[in-house]
Amino acid sequence: MGEILEINGPILTVRLPQVVIGEQVRVGSLALVGEVIGREDDRATVQVYEATEGLRPGEQAEALGHPLSVELGPGLLGGIFDGVQRPLDAIQKASGDRMARGLALPALDRARKWRFEPAPDLHIGARVHGGMALGSVQETASITHKILVPPNLRGKLVDLAPAGEYTVEQAIARIQDRHGPVAKLALFHRWPVRTPRPFRRRDPADEPLITGQRVLDTFFPLVKGGKAAVPGPFGAGKTVIQHQIARWCDARIVIYVGCGERGNELVDVLESMPKLTDPHTGRPLMERTLIVANTSNMPVVAREASVYVGITIAEYFRDQGLDVVIVADSTSRWAEALREVAGRLRQMPVEEGYPAYLASHLASFYERAGRVETLSGDTGSVTLIGSVSPPGGDFSEPVTSHTKEIIQTFWALSKQLADARHYPAVDWTESFSGYVAASARWWETNVDKSWAARRAEALALLSQAEELARIVNLVGMEALSAAQRWTLEGASLIREGVLQQSALDEVDSYCSPGKQFLLLDLALFIYHEGMTLLDSGVPVQQLLGLPLLSKARRYKSRYRSEEMEALKACRDEIRGTFDRIRTEYTKPVERAR
Amino acid sequence: MKEMEFRTASAARGGLLFMKGVPGVALGDRAAVRDHRGRLRNGLVIRSSNDLVLVEVFEGTDGLDLERTWVRFLEEPFELPLSRELLGRVFNGVGRPLDGRPPLLSPLKRPVNGAPVNPAARAYPREFIQTGISAIDGMNSLVRGQKLPVFSGSGLPHNRLAAQIVRQARLPGEEGRFAVVFAAMGVSHSDARFFQEDFESSGVLGQVVMFVNLADDPPIERLILPRTALTAAEYLAYDLDLHVLVVMTDMTNYAEALREVATAKGDVPSRKGYPGYLYSDLAEVYERAGRIRERRGSVTMIPVVSMPSDDITHPIPDLTGYITEGQVVLARDLNARHVYPPVAVLPSLSRLMKDGIGRNYTRDDHPRVASQLFASYARALEVRNLAAIIGAEELTEGDRRYLAFADAFENRFVSQGETEDRTIFETLSIAWEVLSLLPAEELIRVSEEEIAGHHRFQPLSGEVHAA
Repeated sequence: MGEILEINGPILTVRLPQVVIGEQVRVGSLALVGEVIGREDDRATVQVYEATEGLRPGEQAEALGHPLSVELGPGLLGGIFDGVQRPLDAIQKASGDRMARGLALPALDRARKWRFEPAPDLHIGARVHGGMALGSVQETASITHKILVPPNLRGKLVDLAPAGEYTVEQAIARIQDRHGPVAKLALFHRWPVRTPRPFRRRDPADEPLITGQRVLDTFFPLVKGGKAAVPGPFGAGKTVIQHQIARWCDARIVIYVGCGERGNELVDVLESMPKLTDPHTGRPLMERTLIVANTSNMPVVAREASVYVGITIAEYFRDQGLDVVIVADSTSRWAEALREVAGRLRQMPVEEGYPAYLASHLASFYERAGRVETLSGDTGSVTLIGSVSPPGGDFSEPVTSHTKEIIQTFWALSKQLADARHYPAVDWTESFSGYVAASARWWETNVDKSWAARRAEALALLSQAEELARIVNLVGMEALSAAQRWTLEGASLIREGVLQQSALDEVDSYCSPGKQFLLLDLALFIYHEGMTLLDSGVPVQQLLGLPLLSKARRYKSRYRSEEMEALKACRDEIRGTFDRIRTEYTKPVERAR
Repeated sequence: MKEMEFRTASAARGGLLFMKGVPGVALGDRAAVRDHRGRLRNGLVIRSSNDLVLVEVFEGTDGLDLERTWVRFLEEPFELPLSRELLGRVFNGVGRPLDGRPPLLSPLKRPVNGAPVNPAARAYPREFIQTGISAIDGMNSLVRGQKLPVFSGSGLPHNRLAAQIVRQARLPGEEGRFAVVFAAMGVSHSDARFFQEDFESSGVLGQVVMFVNLADDPPIERLILPRTALTAAEYLAYDLDLHVLVVMTDMTNYAEALREVATAKGDVPSRKGYPGYLYSDLAEVYERAGRIRERRGSVTMIPVVSMPSDDITHPIPDLTGYITEGQVVLARDLNARHVYPPVAVLPSLSRLMKDGIGRNYTRDDHPRVASQLFASYARALEVRNLAAIIGAEELTEGDRRYLAFADAFENRFVSQGETEDRTIFETLSIAWEVLSLLPAEELIRVSEEEIAGHHRFQPLSGEVHAA
């Protein structure tokens, strides 16, 4: 038992000999929990997960003997937890509208019973090892939760419970280690959040994550097991993109970490998710979703912990052979929490007050993403998407620039686009994806062979138009040739008819890969048809005045993803329109009469 | 301990008093600081060890001499007495009356550092508040429980706009259930008087609580003032079921006071000398806006943030923008052209607008009309830039229409009288009126049915001859 020596905001100095760095400590009469982040002689520096007001020097401190860990087992899905995995609805039951301090609440409901089915091929005496499934629990209609042997355990199966109803704490198996004692296993186990869960090996990630957002999937794809960052100044739409991905992506499990962000927006997620259906399974989205929430006014140390809690739960579902997406909004708040703690410890700041270990912390966090072969030989993946909130929208600041070095897909949001309400405001010149080649194989097999070509063509058109726009800004539209003006129109058609996508539009909020390709294909078709007409002497004004152009901009919200045939038929209409003009121009004499 | 006075101050600087050898003082407790003339100042413990206790003194440390400063640690957090009698009163940052009336006495007291609301207990804000101001109602709608700051600059009419919002912001049918909490930090005497007179003349004074720290009052008091004010606001909202509008001006002064104390404490500076915890600290204030499930009242917040050198990327507006649900940005060029309110709609944003407007709230076409106005005005400003370079004569006919649209949008839609209270329907008809300057094919964000219903294309004057 030790004592508190000093309280400086969330950072305490305690006299507590023999604690280990990372160990959990309980302090004061309020029983607040914290984590040892430094040692010197018999003193330890502790960061506390809750507000420290009311603590006094001289109050007791007690080492708890384990690092910050999460509970992993049935009952996680559909839940909403704080930064250290306490269930927020249980906190509300215990303390009302406001967060009381010092509540020790287990993450998983201890009273609830789950129907456990033992694995049919396991027999008593079998050799089992970490990561093997002992059986399963149907957690929600869409997710079968495998009950895994904790990763670092191996031995002989002594006992396996029969099918039946169990609470998460009841023993369902016993394993005899070769040397050690018999380990009793329940439906859940604990795992320290700062230790990545082991796997057999990393696999190449080559299957695109379909988010239903055209500018992401078609132009800057991400793969299952990939790493992406969404940087942008405030108001550019980071949160909406993250919400859209959480809603529509084709992962089996989605973990949403609201890290230091707005309370009201989190409530939006909480209230809207249960009402939405997963377009891939037709089940309520909440059945596959889990939320870790530390809003900006909640304690800063728990904010730092929240991203680790999220990624550890993600790895746990990965180990069951599932594709998991974790969305962290915002990793900048996490970095700032690091900075705040570093500042209170008077560590030497390097860039903008951030500690020197910022880059390595970011890198090792993002490296926990990946597609792996699990300990039991399945394939699972963790896709990590972090939003970044650069001060003043300046992408050269430390968090954005370090993140950029680690990730493969960069969805840069632009203030200019957002100001013009071009959403999603993904800037097509700043953004990049290192997964285009890997995704191309999937798109070409499953959607269309010309995917990569169409995509490259559209990007070229956009960048060509940007150069032309610069000329227009100097000398005016009149200086452009007819073909150049048509190029501007083609690019504008791609921007408004393909890239822009409203999260609020019921039809367009999710766009299937097939529809994505078709919209792009139609826009390019119009562009090419127009070009050939210009070559045969049709004035560009006549083309620019075509009602077809504003109609084509509405295809995206007129046709649902299921109405592909109707959308395909638009091609005939386009061809018809252009053919009529062509006929008019090739028979000018008759027309005049 | 409560009764003991310590005379162990070892240093005083920047509003902080460093006390030696006071054991067992709790973080966040109040302290009573008595100076050599016997006058009491209010202190708060912000760091504590048995060797050294740091006390933030809200009245400042000017005039304290270390040998004759006595400090009592009161063993209680900073609390505000709460009752219905708050309404109509004026206090300073620590809750002392400034209106010459006796202090508020009440058995109900709450700590001013309210515990965070459990996100699971919050209700999503979705009730449209009509402010009567087209640039806000039409394109950056405010909803109950939102925090929507006004980003402004020195000399711009942010206070007049805030006062107009206070006068006009109502939800039909619930007129009696509102209150205003006014938190002034470092404002000038004339600004404070302006608000007081405005509240008086519009007859709302009886529903207003004012917390005032003037420009020549101690800056450290600005650190506690918004917390005191919000404690009052939460009481009015969640205990008395009122819809509370909190106007806080100016948050820049608050942040500067925070920097002053941080510097005195020796905190590691991050950007522009502001401490790394500026974000968390501002969030503690701003996040107290909201709605709570099964409570009838709400706290809606309109903080005024003046941007130093009109720089929106300065840490204070920048971090504010990352916490609040949007921003209303005032622009100097519009103000110079006598557009009141000079709202620059493109950088302005209301994040909670999407669920508070449209069918069942305002009008079915509202979301799409707003989106169309944004898109068209963005295009129109590009054209205006182009015209400035190549001359308006060189523009195409289509571009000249956009130029006319930009002027009409600013002078007809954004600009309005300081007492002009437009209903949302008036706002939307003006929107369609200015959109009618553009041909229907250009309007792709509104539906074809809406165009048929509201769009009355007006050719430019002189266009008839051209055709």
